[in-house]
Amino acid sequence: MIAEAGLAALWLAAGLALYQFVLMILSLRGSIEVSRTMRAIAVVQGALTLIAFAALIVVFARTDLSVALVAENSHSAKPFLYKVAGAWGNHEGSMLMWVTILSVAGAFLALFSRRTSERTLIAGLGAQAALALGFYAFLLVASNPFARLNPAPLEGAGLNPLLQDPGLAFHPPTLYVGYVGLSIAFSLAVGALLTGEVDSRLARAMRPWVLGAWIFLTLGITAGSYWAYYELGWGGYWFWDPVENASLMPWLAATALLHSVGVLAARGALKAWTMMLAVIAFSMSMVGTFLVRSGILTSVHAFAIDPERGAFLLVLLAIYVGAAFALFAWRGASLKEGAPFELISRETGLVINNLLLSVVLGIVFLGTLYPLFVEALSGEKLSVGAPYFNAVAGPLALILAVLVGIGPLLAWRRERRPVLKRLRIPALIGGTALAITIIIAPEMTILPRLGLTVAAYLAAASILPLTGRNPLRAPLATWGMVVSHFGIAVALAGMGANAAFTSERLAIVKPGDTLSVGPWLVQLQQVTPMAGKNWTAMEAELLASRGHGPVTLKPQTRYFSDPPTDTNEAAIETFWNGQLYSVIGKPDQSGGWQVRLWWKPFVTLIWAGGALIAIGGALALLGRVWRRRRRRPDWRRERYA
Amino acid sequence: MSRAIRFAPLLVLALIVGALIWRLVTPSDSSVHSTLEGKPVPAFDLGPALDTKPALRSRDLATGKPHLVNVFASWCVPCIAEVKVLQQLKARGVSVEGIAIRDRPEDLVEFLGRNGDPYERIGSDPQSSVQISLGSSGVPESFVVDGAGVIRYQHIGPVETTDVPMILAKLEQAR
Repeated sequence: MIAEAGLAALWLAAGLALYQFVLMILSLRGSIEVSRTMRAIAVVQGALTLIAFAALIVVFARTDLSVALVAENSHSAKPFLYKVAGAWGNHEGSMLMWVTILSVAGAFLALFSRRTSERTLIAGLGAQAALALGFYAFLLVASNPFARLNPAPLEGAGLNPLLQDPGLAFHPPTLYVGYVGLSIAFSLAVGALLTGEVDSRLARAMRPWVLGAWIFLTLGITAGSYWAYYELGWGGYWFWDPVENASLMPWLAATALLHSVGVLAARGALKAWTMMLAVIAFSMSMVGTFLVRSGILTSVHAFAIDPERGAFLLVLLAIYVGAAFALFAWRGASLKEGAPFELISRETGLVINNLLLSVVLGIVFLGTLYPLFVEALSGEKLSVGAPYFNAVAGPLALILAVLVGIGPLLAWRRERRPVLKRLRIPALIGGTALAITIIIAPEMTILPRLGLTVAAYLAAASILPLTGRNPLRAPLATWGMVVSHFGIAVALAGMGANAAFTSERLAIVKPGDTLSVGPWLVQLQQVTPMAGKNWTAMEAELLASRGHGPVTLKPQTRYFSDPPTDTNEAAIETFWNGQLYSVIGKPDQSGGWQVRLWWKPFVTLIWAGGALIAIGGALALLGRVWRRRRRRPDWRRERYA
Repeated sequence: MSRAIRFAPLLVLALIVGALIWRLVTPSDSSVHSTLEGKPVPAFDLGPALDTKPALRSRDLATGKPHLVNVFASWCVPCIAEVKVLQQLKARGVSVEGIAIRDRPEDLVEFLGRNGDPYERIGSDPQSSVQISLGSSGVPESFVVDGAGVIRYQHIGPVETTDVPMILAKLEQAR
């Protein structure tokens, strides 16, 4: 009954989306007054998808095995949190979540958008409805989450144990809000291209959406990186895996868009480029979804592979991106560029920022799809891994990080003051960091060394916009920018320290044996069997000390029965200056155990930096929304924003 | 903005979609192809595994007619089932040669006595050295070698009844 209600809600929502799209066309051609109707339809459509999604969560929470999706992906012995999270831990459920966020975002746009012209809003809502329509069709035709099983099985098949983790409950929804939030930027850009109203008003309307989506993408990527780090037990935080790249590409595009939309809002410049980026950012989300859901690329994230669904998604992608690009080709010529700017100006800085981000995006895109292109053209099989991405994207990211320190100091239009003088202290700090790395670690490779240098410089340079005035009176948006840019420095420091100073130890040890890793002495005390609700495990007790106050780590090797799978549960102990990471593997015949240890100095800074970047975004968003309430629409105040 | 720039994104999209369609239509082939296929069998000279059977040398394979070289062991469980399939192949005129990996004569006698003996020759490879030079990572594996002593096909895992027509076809091609 609940499942049928969910399905009915989905069909109704699809019907409303079609109506919304038709109304948009009628409204743009004729002069019927539809804006109130359109807003109401968008809100009801959002509510209906929420009902459908809630219905799916209820059938999962109750483990209703007569629903095929539950039978295939859940199990009555699972802890409650994972029963609920199981609703989106599979293909159909995750696509339903995608559609729900898409139409709820459309509803929010209809409810809260006051800044755009009515015509552009209607066109944008129509575009959003067209997007939703395709994904409704995909769900209802090719991936019905509510299909029944008759007879119902006695027990479900379970959930991939790797996904049985608190990270799963929050990681995909966060990332999806980010992915799909970009759809609003896409729809507004399409709407504005249709009506020809590409101006700073549009940019100010688009900015909070881009900012919001970008915050969630940043959080999602940061959390995903930490999840892979502790759950997969390899000790790495980024693997340049196609599925990870699928989340990084929209983030890069959104970061570029965030900065160019600022130029359009403040100066009315970069119109065509900003519209293009808005289209590309959401296109990257769709490409990511396609890559993940079609299983077209080999990945450690082994999602279900289904060529038919892949074909359906590819058709949707080709239609939407193709239509947007065609619209761009058709209307792009009519876009008049805004106010001119000189070579040394805030605008130029942001153009360089955009160029570098776009090149990095191109590099990641090319690296991800290169094996596919090569095989299509020559039949040769190859894979592209970390060495390519690190070598090519790393230096560009460092250049970008250097410029991040300069850009916010520049004035709009033209800069006459000697800006580089203000960077003397940051440059000095960077130079000192470089000297220290040369003294304490002469054999360090070039990339980590430069990473630590630039991190030190940027940490100082990023706070300059708050100096020379009363920092408490600086706009919240400026604080947000400073916190985000400081976060980049922090993350960079973590990456540099991790690459340069990690020590690793892999050995077979017997209880009583001692290993050393970095400054630590680690003794294997004992290995004991354990049992959980749906798993059994061997748990090692490791006593680690570096002169004072020993700590105990308890890594496990777990065996899940439904479905039968082994996983490693790493034990990680966090200290102010790093993490001790331990994994226990298989026993050998003589009673020894494989133990793998890492000492990773300052590795936590990577995720702390990611969190700071997102917090900065949240501050900026708060500042923008708050300032909108107070109505102070003066671009001069955005000097440092 | 020039026309070319405005239409460039569409062109790039078409190329990407084309490549993705190609991949959907031709799913990736994840099977492992031996890099030794098309190369001569590495030279080896194995001692006899049994007193009653001739030993195996690489030049015994370059006799002008194709051979099926089977890497096996008496301690290998899947080999028990495979030996019966190899006998079917022998009955159809295939010359089957064996390389026994890390084996003992008394175990081998018992294995062949119990399960049947399709082999014309069996070489003993006590240190897996020939197995490694053949690029074989486990037992059982089989190689189709043509009359000139060139490897034409490497089969990983046991040859099963359903593989017989395929193996016969490979041997026919190697003739």
